[in-house]
Amino acid sequence: MIEVSNVSKSFGAVKAVQNISFTMNDGEITGLLGPNGAGKTTTLRMLYSLLPPDEGTIRIDGLDPIDNAMDIKRTLGVVPDGRGLYKRLTARENIAYYGELHGMSKALIRERTDELASTLNMEDFIDRRTDGFSQGQQVKVAIARAMVHGPQTVMMDEPSNGLDVMTTRALRHYILDLKAQGHSVVLSTHIMQEVAALCDRIIIISAGRIAADGTPAELCERSGKASIEDAFVALIGSDEGLLA
Amino acid sequence: MSGLGKVFKKEVIENLRDRRAAFNSLLLGPLLFPFLIIGMSYLSLSTQEERAEATIELPVVGAEYAPNLLRYLEQQGVVIMPPPDDPEGTVRTQENPVVLRIPAAFPEQWRAGQPAVVEVIADPSRRESNIPMGRVRMMLAGYGQQIGSQRLQLRGVAPALASPLVPKDVDLSTPQSRGALAMIFLPYFLMITAFAGGMHLAIDSTAGEKERRSLEPLLLNPVPRWQIMSGKMLATAGFAMASLMLTLLSFRLALPYMPSGALGFELELGPAMIGKLLLVVGPVAILAAALLTLLATFAKGFREAQSYMGLVIFIPMIPSLIFMTNPMKPEAWMMFIPMFSQNLLIAEFLRGEVVPNAWLLISSGGTLLLGVILATIAATLFNRPKVIFGGS
Repeated sequence: MIEVSNVSKSFGAVKAVQNISFTMNDGEITGLLGPNGAGKTTTLRMLYSLLPPDEGTIRIDGLDPIDNAMDIKRTLGVVPDGRGLYKRLTARENIAYYGELHGMSKALIRERTDELASTLNMEDFIDRRTDGFSQGQQVKVAIARAMVHGPQTVMMDEPSNGLDVMTTRALRHYILDLKAQGHSVVLSTHIMQEVAALCDRIIIISAGRIAADGTPAELCERSGKASIEDAFVALIGSDEGLLA
Repeated sequence: MSGLGKVFKKEVIENLRDRRAAFNSLLLGPLLFPFLIIGMSYLSLSTQEERAEATIELPVVGAEYAPNLLRYLEQQGVVIMPPPDDPEGTVRTQENPVVLRIPAAFPEQWRAGQPAVVEVIADPSRRESNIPMGRVRMMLAGYGQQIGSQRLQLRGVAPALASPLVPKDVDLSTPQSRGALAMIFLPYFLMITAFAGGMHLAIDSTAGEKERRSLEPLLLNPVPRWQIMSGKMLATAGFAMASLMLTLLSFRLALPYMPSGALGFELELGPAMIGKLLLVVGPVAILAAALLTLLATFAKGFREAQSYMGLVIFIPMIPSLIFMTNPMKPEAWMMFIPMFSQNLLIAEFLRGEVVPNAWLLISSGGTLLLGVILATIAATLFNRPKVIFGGS
């Protein structure tokens, strides 16, 4: 359960996020949607405690990301946009490094890694160095790394960037599985089909403000459009960002 | 194992796997420096011997004014050459290292028993002409003394009366302290190694991590940022220490191949000495790790960080160069100067001197303190969003 109320964040004169409020429920997939530069990444960074908000409060399962940074980090799994794997380590070592930093035992890390390798279908390359991995392989390692400590809340930034159709489908199944297991999933994306196929709730951010917040059906209804894509354009008032 | 230890382990493993970088940081210096020292001492030794033994070909202007002097020079093995048209010019162009000129007034002064002037034309700023010039002056002085003694004897005076003072050198340098002269470069190499050994890792683990975009997810782990930063700094210091140890070992293995003329005795570089040297240089490795990490963390990427490092490598060179060009007597207050004090201490150890323990404490303590201050600043850098995200 994530509760954000009246949060603002500026970088110098740039107001990245202004007075946003929303809630994300457990067992739901929430889509964070918005054009480039709208404040999605800033919002995520505040949620996962790397950036302190200037104003307002954030609570994740009742905890403040700044005061309880260490506890929040234990309950979060993050797949960042950049992936950020270590090329000279194998996939297994990349995953184990994060497991160790979470204070897990070697045996537990091994067990979890084998489990994730089988779920994400990565047995073929789990013991290879990640240098030269395809985009799909990289995302899988990044997901396994984020999930190794069994976090309650999972945040993914543009997870299907650069993936082929088959990998994207597998990824969507995996995200739906996470939801079925009771995790809350936050998806930051600008791929409309993904949003339509996965999300229970959509929060649209535009120019640092919440432009809309509701289920896909509600958003379509409110904007009087048939598809999410048209609803999105109508709600933010331009088609900027859709080409990115 | 705490988060610090895990970060340390991962950085060491990852950087050892980067073969080229590991070779450059750990092995290049240790392989190169002994060769450099051995090669240089062979070269300087052989050119010195060559010049000291080579036949001197001496152009003489005004040879007709002093035939006896020339005969004496020829007896000493000098080959007298005909005078060039422009003696000064040929010395300037290095055609001749030395030219002797006997002025027309020479015979008259000689007969009158006055000091007769002969001109030795040379350019002492050309270091390679110093040896032939010195040999010519020695021969002239020898001739002068011989004639002076004969003149006194002719007048019934004991020549010894003209030499009231005889300075005699009593050489107190031990074989070990003479060897330290040849090893003057060792402190310099050790200082550079303390910096160069960890340089790549310092960049890779901070600016490199930022560039690969792995820093942001790393900081999402429940480990305090100062521990992550300290783990990286310790890995940097560890690489520097490993490189220092290998450098000393390779010096030890190379010692028997030093030209005997340069050392002429055994310089003691046993395990005890290596241990002592590592103890003295160790704090510099930690100071270097903190400074390098601090700077590399400011950089947005690998290349920017590398461009800082070109300048940073001058920092350990400056105290070493001051020490090399101005040898000075070590005093307690100098021990407060990081990097300079280590130069002095290493030189004292190599000379086989006993150094007060207080000096060691001040030197290591002062350097460590500065290192810890820099490390503390570096450790807080990861708390700044700009540093983490690189302004993106």
